[in-house]
Parts: sequence; C-alpha cells; structure tokens
Amino acid sequence: MQDMEKANPIQVLLVEDSPGDVRLTQEAFREANPSVHLHLASDGVEALAFLRHEAPYRDAPRPDLTLLDLNLPRMDGREVLAYIKADESLKTMPTVILTTSEAEVDIARSYQLQANCYLCKPVQLQEFEALVKSINDFWLTRAQLPQRQDS
Amino acid sequence: MKVAPEGRMPLHVLLVEDSPGDVLLMQETFRDVNSSVRLHVVNDGTQAMSFLRRGPGYADAPRPDFILLDLNLPKMDGRQVLVEIKNDEDLKTIPTVILTTSEAEADVVKAYQLQTNCYLCKPMQLHEFESLVRSINDFWLVRARLPQAREPS
Repeated sequence: MQDMEKANPIQVLLVEDSPGDVRLTQEAFREANPSVHLHLASDGVEALAFLRHEAPYRDAPRPDLTLLDLNLPRMDGREVLAYIKADESLKTMPTVILTTSEAEVDIARSYQLQANCYLCKPVQLQEFEALVKSINDFWLTRAQLPQRQDS
Repeated sequence: MKVAPEGRMPLHVLLVEDSPGDVLLMQETFRDVNSSVRLHVVNDGTQAMSFLRRGPGYADAPRPDFILLDLNLPKMDGRQVLVEIKNDEDLKTIPTVILTTSEAEADVVKAYQLQTNCYLCKPMQLHEFESLVRSINDFWLVRARLPQAREPS
C-alpha cells in the first residue's frame, strides 16, 4: 500500500503566502491523504513559474489540483486565475480559490473567471482541518480529474 | 422573496437528468440532508435551456444556485448544454457539475475543457450513490461559497 502511495502521488499546488496557513494545510493533508504531494508557491509569480516549468521549477509536475489564495504579494490570485483559465493547456486543471475574503465581489469575480470553486478559510483550527478533509474527500477521492497530459 | 423552512434562503438546484430512478434518489437524499434545497428537475437539454432562459413554460423559473448535469440526455445532450451555459456571460458563473455514468477519459477531459466546475461519475451501488449526493451537498451547498443570484429568487 505504501509503495502504491509513493508510486501514484496526487500533485497539489498550494499558492499561499501565510506560513501559518501553509503549515496547517500541510499537516491537514498529511492526516487526510498520505498520497498527496503538496507543492508550495508563496506568490503569484512563483505560481506561474511553477505552472510554466520555468526555473527553478523545470521539473515541476503538472498539478492535479491547485488551491489558490486571492491576496498574494507580487501578483495576486485573481491574475493567476485569469492566466490559468486563458491558457489552453492549464485551463482544464481544477483551480479552487481558498481565501479569507468573504466579499461577494470576490466570489462573483472568481466564478466569472471560471474558478472551479470558492472556499473561505475558517479561522478555527478544527474547522480548517475539516475543510481540508472535505477538499480531499470531494476533489481527490470522489471527483474525476483530467489526467495529466505531460506525465 | 420566499423563505425556506427554518427561515433560511432556499438553495435552487437544477437537476438535468432523464433517469427517473436517479431523479428519485436525488430528491429523497436532498430532502434528507438539506431542507433548504429546492430541487428543480428537467429531463433533457432543451428543457434545461428553457429553464435557464425562462422560456415557454418556465417564465417564473428561479435562477439556479447550482446545476447538476448528466451528459447523455435526449434532444440536446449535456455537452451542448454545458457549452451554452459557459458561453453565456450571465449563466457561466453558476457552478455546473457533471454527474454522469461515463468514466471515459475523453468525456472527462472534454468536460473540463468546456469549463465544467467538476466531473462526477454516478456509482452503480445505491448506497454509494446516496453517499455521493450527501458529499455533493456537504461540499457544494454547505461549505463552498456560491455566487449570489442577482435577482430575488
């Protein structure tokens, strides 16, 4: 079972600038699904470099799922989302907004830009863990994801 | 503006599904897990577009908060419905999830190319199907933020 998990990792890209939230997400995924390989980008510029396989991400795998914060330094999540959904090869990759903003304008705009889904980060630790579990349950266990084209 | 039991806003879910058994299962499961859900059912792609555009027979149809769409439908299939929804500036923000029997990779990829929000396969076993509907409710109708309808529903 362990070999299977290592042989077939699920690649998740987390675009998040808060170290605390990064750590929470890492731990919650480790609990929920050891097959998940969580890649980190701390701003929009790094995220795009990862997705475009630019240095230092030349060997980066294509993510099966991207979790994207909206409010990021250098290039915000809205720009990253717009880029992903305008790119023929990236737009099929499920991209879920995971952010603190509950503003209706952010929700509406994200869905206009064709975000697959929009989630608000809970403040409570237990609720945050429960949310990551449900992301894992729904997106990585139940949903059909498009297979990676460059694997 | 209608208010659901418990004083909560109704959640309008449009189910585009031609199998009576699957419709019944979803009606029963949603009724069990979420009393805010108003499940609207249409049986083919043409009805789906009439509902969404408030055409003949659907003048008072509410704007759905969420759409569950089978692929294999009479008259106009789900792929065509998806194309029409996602090409419509107004409709494309409604989260639209494919729920179908096909596991074919070509169907999955095509649906994501057409910008479906998510793709789900219907399980064969009844209890697994119920479990899937519960998880759809939990993830999409409880946890996720959905765009607000622009007019009172």
